[in-house]
This record gives sequence, structure tokens and C-alpha cells, in this order.
Amino acid sequence: MAIQNKNLLTLFNPVSKDNPVIVQILGICSCLAVTAKLEPACVMGVSVIAVLAFANVIISLIRKTIPTNIRIIVQLVVVAGLVVIVNQLLTAYQYDVSKQLSVFVSLIVTNCILMGRLEAFAMANKPWPSFLDGIGNGIGYALILIIVAFFRELLGSGTLWGVQVIPQIWYDHGYANNGLMILPPMALIVTGCIIWIHRSYNKDLQE
Amino acid sequence: MNKQSNLYTIIYIVILVAVVGAALSITALSLKPLQTDNANADKMKQILASVHIVAENSDVKSTFNQYIKEQYIINPAGTATPGNAFEINVAQQVKLPIEKRQMPLYVCELQNGETKYIIPMYGGGLWGPIWGYVSIDANGSTVYGAYFAHQGETPGLGAEIEKPAFSTQFEGKNFFKDNRFQPISVLKAGTKPYAGEDYVDAISGGTITSKGVESMINNTITGYEKFLESVKSTKQQ
Repeated sequence: MAIQNKNLLTLFNPVSKDNPVIVQILGICSCLAVTAKLEPACVMGVSVIAVLAFANVIISLIRKTIPTNIRIIVQLVVVAGLVVIVNQLLTAYQYDVSKQLSVFVSLIVTNCILMGRLEAFAMANKPWPSFLDGIGNGIGYALILIIVAFFRELLGSGTLWGVQVIPQIWYDHGYANNGLMILPPMALIVTGCIIWIHRSYNKDLQE
Repeated sequence: MNKQSNLYTIIYIVILVAVVGAALSITALSLKPLQTDNANADKMKQILASVHIVAENSDVKSTFNQYIKEQYIINPAGTATPGNAFEINVAQQVKLPIEKRQMPLYVCELQNGETKYIIPMYGGGLWGPIWGYVSIDANGSTVYGAYFAHQGETPGLGAEIEKPAFSTQFEGKNFFKDNRFQPISVLKAGTKPYAGEDYVDAISGGTITSKGVESMINNTITGYEKFLESVKSTKQQ
């Protein structure tokens, strides 16, 4: 029972209390880059979940053999190899998706969450908890991306998932899309607001 | 064995790199034919998109052959030689000086019997290459449709060039104004073109990509100037 609880904690803690983006402030760069629209944000979220889970498992499997002084290089090689293979598979079997992902796939390699989780968790834990940790952190990351992208796309373009949601009549009465929302600085401000709300609910996170 | 020793580290990394390298090459080699097919099918889809034809994934090839009746290779003097335009690497051609270019041209016949000339374009955006196809009416001047694509422009900003909101602006614009060849400009909203040429609105927040589109049109279409002129004059006679 205790073990199961620990696994559950590994899976769900990163979603809120230990969220990689809004608590550990990792992966902010890609959070700014891909959140202007909801769709790429979701695709990015899903790909990070997949790569993070598999990289965690692989590193966890070979963790006892990795020489300490080159462990970062080993992690990088594994992540980069994994990302390239995923990209190759996508171009062969899911060409349309791979076209959307083009730039994001390479962004995954440089995502700090990956290195963070591999170094902090997978290097010291068994494959199964590492897998859960990867999924959990991936979800935590994806969740923030989707929230930020929701507000940015809604207020910046008046659409959601590319579908117009702000009625034309609003525009006729003088409503205008907020151009600032689609620029990267606004992603940082929205993320900041999420952190603010999150911390005001979780008093123990306040410093 | 001492895991911190230099020998262990070197052997470890050599094996790791060999394994990862082998895995990558096997994936790349075994998936190559599928990827090439996909890339070709995608190119056909893009060409058809410039004449407003949507091809289903399953029958891209047959749709392409149905509509694209002829393929030509255009030299800078404007002479069209029949040839395999599909195989030409536009990216390489547009880097050559104009007098050395061999540019591809697709002739499309629509269901209503109208003829459209499809011209491929290639250039650079902010982060990487951008490309597109523009279809021109039988008068050699008026744009019938345009299609733009990019490799990695910023989503929501430069990447908006691939949206219909941007590409439909080109429809009905002319490459010949006052009987002079003038490529279409991409301008910041509110500004007016310098030489009175036709223009479309740029993407807000995507200045460099928009400028890239403009110079791409300028650079690529100029290679077809003589050809379009000859099409235009034969039409007028």
C-alpha cells in the first residue's frame, strides 16, 4: 500500500505541488515559444510527455552503469537519439503531425525539464517510478502550456483551436484582439499570474 | 570494475554512441522510402493547394496527374521546354544568378477548362526556409491562388503566412501593372507601395517573415518575367 501511495505521489505531485513550470520554473523557454495557439501547445505537451517518460525509463535502466563524470553527456545522447527517432517515425507514418511539430521536436532536446528529471529522478530510481515521474512531469508541463495557450489564443486571436469563438458582433461594436497577447512577453506575464494564483492557494509554497 | 576509471568512461561512451548511432541509421534507412513518398505526396498537395484543389491523402498522385497536364522547364529567356519540373530543386535554382536559372513550371487545367500556370517559390524567413506556390491565370499576370509554407517560423506570428487569411489576399492581384512587370509587395498595414505595384498586408508581429515572403516573390518570380511576358503578349493578340 505504501509503495502504491508513493507511486501515486510520484505521478500526481508534479501536476500541482511540484509542477515543473510554475514551481520549479523549468521549461519556461518553450512555454513562451509555443503557446500563441492552443493546438501546437497541446502537440508539444503530448510529445514532451512521451519523450520524458521514455528517456526516464532508459536512463533509469542504465543508471547503475553510467560513469558519474559523463552522466550529463549520456543523458543528452539518449534524449537526442530518442527525439530524432520519434521525429523519423512521425515523418514516415504521421507526416502531417510531423510538419506541425517540426520546430518543437528540436525544442524538446533543450527542454530543461528533461535534464532536470533525468538528473534528479531517473538517476536514482527504478524504471517504473521513473516512468510515472516522466508522465507526471509531462502532464504538469502540458497543463500549464494549455492554460497559457488558452488565454493567449482567446484574447490574442479571438479563436480557440483555430475556431472563431469571439462573435463577429463584438468586433462590429469595437472589440479588438489584443495584439500583445500573441507576443512572447505576454506568455511570461500569464505564467506569472498562474504562479501567483497557485501560490495564494498553496501557502506552503510561499517564500 | 572501477566505474570512475578513464578506460571505463571511454569504452562506455564509445559503446553508447555506437548503439545510438546504429539505432539512428537503421531508423533513417528503413524509413527513407516512406518518408520520400510522404514528402512527394505533400509537395503534390501543396502544388494543388495553390489552385484551390484539396487532394485526399489516399489519392494525391492520381489527383495530381489529373489536373497537372504539363510540366515545363523555363529558362531566363522565357523559353519553355517540356521536362520533369517536379524533380527540379527550386531551393538551389533560386540561389543562382537569374541568367543561369532553370525554373520549373506546372500547367494546370481546371475542370472548367481554364488553364493556370503554377510557379514554385522559395526563400528565407526568420528561422528557416519558407516556400510556396502561386498560380497565375492564362493572362500571365493575375494571381488565381497562392499557397505558403514554412519550416519553423514563430507560431502565431510569422507562421501565419501559411493561413488562408494571408494567402487569399494574393488572389486577383497582378504581376503586371501599367504594362510593367512589378512583383507583388508585402507591406505593413497603412503604408503605400513605392512604385504603385499591387500589394498585400503583412503579418503583425511577423515582420521578418513578411519581408522574407516579399523578397521570395521578388527573387523567384523575376526568373519568370520573360516567360510571363510572352504568355501575356500571346494572350493579347
